[in-house]
Amino acid sequence: MTDKNWPLYEVFLRPRNGLSHKHVGSLHAIDDEMALQNARDVYTRRGEALSIWVVPSHAIIASEPGEKEMLLDPATPERKPYRHPTFYDIPDEVGHM
Amino acid sequence: MASALNSPHYRYLLRLADNALVLGHRLTEWSSRAPTLEEDIALSNIALDLVGQARSLYGHAITIGGDGRDEDHLAFLRDTHEFLNVQLVEQPNGDFATSMARQLCYSAFAVPLWEGLARSKDSELAGIAAKAGKECAYHLRHSSEWVIRLGDGTAGSHRRMQRAIDDIWMFTGEMFELDEVDRQMIAAGVAADASKLLPIWNETVDDVLAEATVKRPADGWMISGGRQGTHTEHLGHMLAQMQFLKRAYPGAVW
Repeated sequence: MTDKNWPLYEVFLRPRNGLSHKHVGSLHAIDDEMALQNARDVYTRRGEALSIWVVPSHAIIASEPGEKEMLLDPATPERKPYRHPTFYDIPDEVGHM
Repeated sequence: MASALNSPHYRYLLRLADNALVLGHRLTEWSSRAPTLEEDIALSNIALDLVGQARSLYGHAITIGGDGRDEDHLAFLRDTHEFLNVQLVEQPNGDFATSMARQLCYSAFAVPLWEGLARSKDSELAGIAAKAGKECAYHLRHSSEWVIRLGDGTAGSHRRMQRAIDDIWMFTGEMFELDEVDRQMIAAGVAADASKLLPIWNETVDDVLAEATVKRPADGWMISGGRQGTHTEHLGHMLAQMQFLKRAYPGAVW
């Protein structure tokens, strides 16, 4: 049984109401139900979460590192500075935004 | 010593505490040896829950009328015949199926027990019970899921799960026994009536075994006496390891 690796799952936790789930790591589990239990045991030992998501890792469609130039680089601040709110004069009274 | 051990209240609390400590220690024996990293952490978590329950209960027992022995003394300097846990919890880990069978049988009892004790007239005990109940509900779920998966898994895992349940069965009856200590504490509104928990336990365990395709053993002879200080040889071996440091280096501190 232990010769073969169990399926891999990605774990997402929502720390507080109003925040979104955030990826915290991954784990192996025999099935969905056990993945949720394992996530509870491995990632929430110090009360980190109000809610847990587990997702089979194979269900995640990820961007290819090799396609970074085409997909992501055009939106960097150097290329498209006008997409960042850096041209506004903020009155002093507003303070830090 | 005699006066404290004769107090039914103290003795009742010690029985609860010893169950938790002994099972908790058994589970720590899985640390670094569990089938997977995830399960290693899960079993250590359960062990810590149980040791935490034991600490609260020892602490409470000491405040209501101990004999000057502190928590560490109760855990590390008592000999086997002074431990008052049911024999179920001292049984060796065996294979993973054996540990899960033992955990299922204990947790299915602990959940309704703590539920009852949460209404105890001993308000400190009621508080401990409310916290312990939540923890044990998770232990029950965890062990149930494994019994189901192993029982309804491969031919090999099914065989081992069935054998584990068969072997542990004769240790389950003791949990539901009442003696004079229990009767006095039930009358005082402190204890929960363990004898009334059997139907609930049966329902829980039967459901899990049915889903696991594991045959429920016939209720034959049930072993008894742990709660009066009679134990299987296994407890002595466990204590030898658990108590070694404290005995070898008396008064040692962190």
